[in-house]
Amino acid sequence: MGKLKTFTRRSFLIGSSAILGGIAFGYYQYKKPQKNPLIGKTKLGESILTAYIKIDQSGVTIITPRAEMGQGVHTTLAALVAEELDLNWQDIKVEHGPASATYHNAAVLAEGVPFAPTDQGVLASTIRSFTKVPAKFLGMQITGGSSSIVDAFDKMRIAGATAKAVLIEAAANELIVKKSSLFTYQGHVVCHDGRKLSYSELAEKAQSIEPPQEVELKKQVDWKLLGKSLPRVDMVEKCTGKAEFSIDIHSDDMLFATVKMNPNLGAKLNSYDAAQAKAMPGVKNIVQLGNKGIAVIATNTWYAMKAANNISFDWEKASYPHSSAEIFETIENSFDENLLDSTFKEEGNIQLALNPSIADPISGEYKVPYLAHATMEPMNATVLIGDYQIEIWAGNQNPTQIVKEALELTSFDEDHIIVHTTYMGGGFGRRAEMDFIKYAINIAKHSIGRPVKVTWSREEDTTHDYYRPSAVAKFKGVATSQGIQVLDLQIACPSVLTSQMARVGIPLHGPDISIVQAAWEQPYNIENYLVRGYRVPEMLPISSWRSVGASQNGFFHESMIDELAFQGGIDPLTCRLNLISHKPSRLVIQKAAEMANWDVKRPDNIGLGIAFTLSFGVPVAEVVEVENTPNGIKILNVYAAVDVGIALDPRNIKAQVMSGIIFGLSAAVMGEITVKDGKVEQTNFHQYDALRMNQSPNIEVEVLENGEKIRGIGEPGTPPAAPALGNAIFAATGKRIRELPFNKSITFV
Amino acid sequence: MEIKVNGTTYSVDVQDDMPLLWVLRDELGIRGPKYGCGIAMCGACTVHIGDTPVRSCSFPVNQVFDDITTIEGSPSLSVTEAPTTLNTVQEAWIEHQVAQCGYCQPGQIMSAVALLNNNSSPTDEDIDIAMSGNLCRCGTYPRIRAAIKTAGNRIIDQASIIKLSGVNNG
Repeated sequence: MGKLKTFTRRSFLIGSSAILGGIAFGYYQYKKPQKNPLIGKTKLGESILTAYIKIDQSGVTIITPRAEMGQGVHTTLAALVAEELDLNWQDIKVEHGPASATYHNAAVLAEGVPFAPTDQGVLASTIRSFTKVPAKFLGMQITGGSSSIVDAFDKMRIAGATAKAVLIEAAANELIVKKSSLFTYQGHVVCHDGRKLSYSELAEKAQSIEPPQEVELKKQVDWKLLGKSLPRVDMVEKCTGKAEFSIDIHSDDMLFATVKMNPNLGAKLNSYDAAQAKAMPGVKNIVQLGNKGIAVIATNTWYAMKAANNISFDWEKASYPHSSAEIFETIENSFDENLLDSTFKEEGNIQLALNPSIADPISGEYKVPYLAHATMEPMNATVLIGDYQIEIWAGNQNPTQIVKEALELTSFDEDHIIVHTTYMGGGFGRRAEMDFIKYAINIAKHSIGRPVKVTWSREEDTTHDYYRPSAVAKFKGVATSQGIQVLDLQIACPSVLTSQMARVGIPLHGPDISIVQAAWEQPYNIENYLVRGYRVPEMLPISSWRSVGASQNGFFHESMIDELAFQGGIDPLTCRLNLISHKPSRLVIQKAAEMANWDVKRPDNIGLGIAFTLSFGVPVAEVVEVENTPNGIKILNVYAAVDVGIALDPRNIKAQVMSGIIFGLSAAVMGEITVKDGKVEQTNFHQYDALRMNQSPNIEVEVLENGEKIRGIGEPGTPPAAPALGNAIFAATGKRIRELPFNKSITFV
Repeated sequence: MEIKVNGTTYSVDVQDDMPLLWVLRDELGIRGPKYGCGIAMCGACTVHIGDTPVRSCSFPVNQVFDDITTIEGSPSLSVTEAPTTLNTVQEAWIEHQVAQCGYCQPGQIMSAVALLNNNSSPTDEDIDIAMSGNLCRCGTYPRIRAAIKTAGNRIIDQASIIKLSGVNNG
C-alpha cells in the first residue's frame, strides 16, 4: 500500500493574488511538534508556509524550491509533483521559487553529523532528524550537498497529492457526485460517467477547500513519470539559446559594470588612480567598493572591463603566506596535537599494530592543491534599486541568504527585497557564496532607478574564488596476503564549514566533519583503523567545491587502500571486497568490475584502476582504464556503478555521474591553483583548464537501487575519479603518484 | 557601421575594436552567444561569420567580413523547407538530452554546425579536432559526440531524400 503521511494544522493560503495572479495550491501550514526544545525557545514555533503548485487558466506551474545549475533538479522535482497530480509531462511549466524560508532545505545538514551514512541505527537517525530543526531555524534555501532529492522526495509528492485531493473534492461539488466516482487523468478530474473538468476550471473553487489531514501517495509500481527518463524541462531552451542565465538579464536602460578587487585576497585597497579610465569611452562612473576594490560602471560590459584594466592600484598585501610552498609548509606543520580536530574513526589498537617488532608498515604522504570552481558563466548579478524595493537577479545556490545580505546592505525590509533565481551556468558550490551579489548591490546604490548588471571578467573570477582547500594526508599501514590489517590515516586541511558559516554569521563549534569526509566513514572493516583530522589555519578563502571534503579524501583513502593491496600482493578488487560487508557498497564494486571486465588480462601497457567512495550516502565504484602510450597516458574508459536507493530519472542520474567523473578527472589530471606573491597565479582557462573533448574518455554508468534510502547524485560521482585514475596509472606504469594534479609527474596524451 | 546578424541588418555605434560578442550581447540584445573567457579559450561565444566559426569574444567588430549567424539563427521552417544544419543539430542535441547547465551549449552547437557543414560523417578524430576548443565544465562531451553523429546521419539521409524526390520537402 502507499505511504500515509500526516501533517498537523494545515490550511490553505487564500488569495489568488498571492502569487503572480495565479491561484496558489498545495500550500499548507506546517507546525513542528513542540517536543524539540530549540523550537520552544525561538519564534520559529510559528507556522511556516510552503508552496509548490499554482494553477491558472493556462495550466499548472510547479514551483521548484531548488536552483537549476545543470543537475536536472527542476525536472526531477517537477516530476515528483506531476506524478501525484497526474499531469501530462508535456504540459507542465516550472518556475524557480522566490527566496523564502518556507523552502528551507531540511536535508542539507543531515549528513553533517558524525554518523556514517551506512549507520541507520536509532541514535544516528534521531540525531539526523534533529538537524531538520536547525535547518528550519536557519531557513536556508540551499541547493547543495546532493540533498535536493532527499529533501523533496516526500515534500513535493505530498504537495501534489494534497492538490489532487482538493481538486477532486471541488469536482465532486461541481458535478454533484461522490468523490469515489472521480479520478484524475492528464490534468483533469474525470467522472466515471464521462464528464471531465480541467484543473484550470476547478482551481478557484478548490483553493478554498480545506485539504485533508492525510494523503495517500502512489505506490512505486503505479508511477508513470518517476523512475522513467524524462525529457528535461530546460532542454529545448538550452539548445536554442533561449535559456536565461543571470548574465542574460536585460532592460533597455541597463548599465553594465565590472569589478576589480584586491587579488591579495581579503586585503585592502590602499589607493588607486582611475584618471585615465574615467575618460575612456562608455565609462559612466568608477566607484570604490568598501575598502577592498573598485567597480567601473559603463554602457557596455566591454567598456567597463577595458577601463578597469586601465586603473592602477596600490593593494595591501595578503595576511596569509605568500607562496604555495609556504602554504604547504603551514599544512605540514598542522599535524599537531593542538590542532587535532576529530578522531571519528578508531578501531583496534594502532600503536600496537604498527609496532615494527610485529609488523612491517608502509607509509606515505599525499597532497592536493587549491582548486577553483571555474563555472562556465563567470560570477555576475543584476540589481535594480528603486524607491520602494530592491530587485536582485542572480544565478545562486542560496536565495534566502541574499535577502539577509540585502537587509544588511540596504534599508529595505524583507518584503521589499525581491530575489530572482535564474539558471546557473554552473555552480559546483561557488554560487552559494555571496560576494558577487553583495558587490552588485553596492554598485547599484550608485545607479538608483536604473538596473546594473555586474559581470566579472574570467580573470577576476579565477583569482577571486573561494577555493577547494589544499590538503595533506599521511598514512601508515600494514597489509599481508591476508589483507589490510592496519590503516592509520591523518588528514590536515583547513575547515571549509567554519570559513563558510562565518561568512553567513553562524559560528561553528566542534569538529568539522568535512575535514575527514569520505575517509572516516567508509564501510571498510579494517581491524586497526584510525582516521584523524587536523585543522589547518585558514589561508586562502575556501568553500564547498563539488563533493567538498570527499573531493580530496576519496583520493587519499582509495590510493592508500590500493598501495596496501599491492603491498599485500592482493588484487585491488578482491582486497576491497574482502573488507567491505555493506551490501549496496559491495554490489557497486562488483558491478563496476564486471562492466570493466576486470578479470580479463590486458596488455602490459594498459592499466585498470579501481576506487570506491561512499559520499553523500551514495556508494560509487569507478574503474578507470588507461593506456601508457609513447606520447603519455591516455584515459580510455571509465566504468562506474552507483547506488541512489531509488532512481527517479535514470538518464539524468547517469549524466550526473558522467559529469562528476569528468569534473574529478579534470582536477586530477590538471587542476591546480597556486599562489605567488600573495596572489593566485592562474587567471584564465589557458592556465586553469579542464578536460576537453579530445581527452574525454568513454564512460559507462550503471545505476543500482539497493541502498537504504533515496539519495542525490550531483556530487558522489566525483571523488572516486582521481584515485581510480591514479591506481590505473600505477597499474600501467608502476609509478605511484601521490600528488595532484598528476600532470606535474606524468605526461598525458 | 552595419552588421547583419541572423538575417537582420543592424547599425552599431561602438568603438572599432569592440569584440563582436559585446556588440551582440550588450548593444543588440542577442544573448545566445556567451561570455566565458574573453581570450578565445573556451568557445562559449562561438558564432559564424559566413561559414566560419569564430570566437566572437576575441573578434573585433570592425573585422567582420560577412553575415553573422548565432544560435538564435535557426529558422522556423515552413513545411516545404528542408531543415538547416543548425535545425538538425539542435534537434539531435535535444534528442540526446545533451545540455546540463547549458551555458556552453550555444558555442558547442555552433562549432558542431560548422563541422557538419564541411563533413557530415565526421570520425571521432574529426570531432576531437573540431570540438576541443569548446570547454564544458559539466562534462557533456560523450553526449555531444553522440549528437554530432546523429545529426550527421540525418543530414546525409536528408540529402538523399532530396536527391531522390527532387524537392525540398523531406
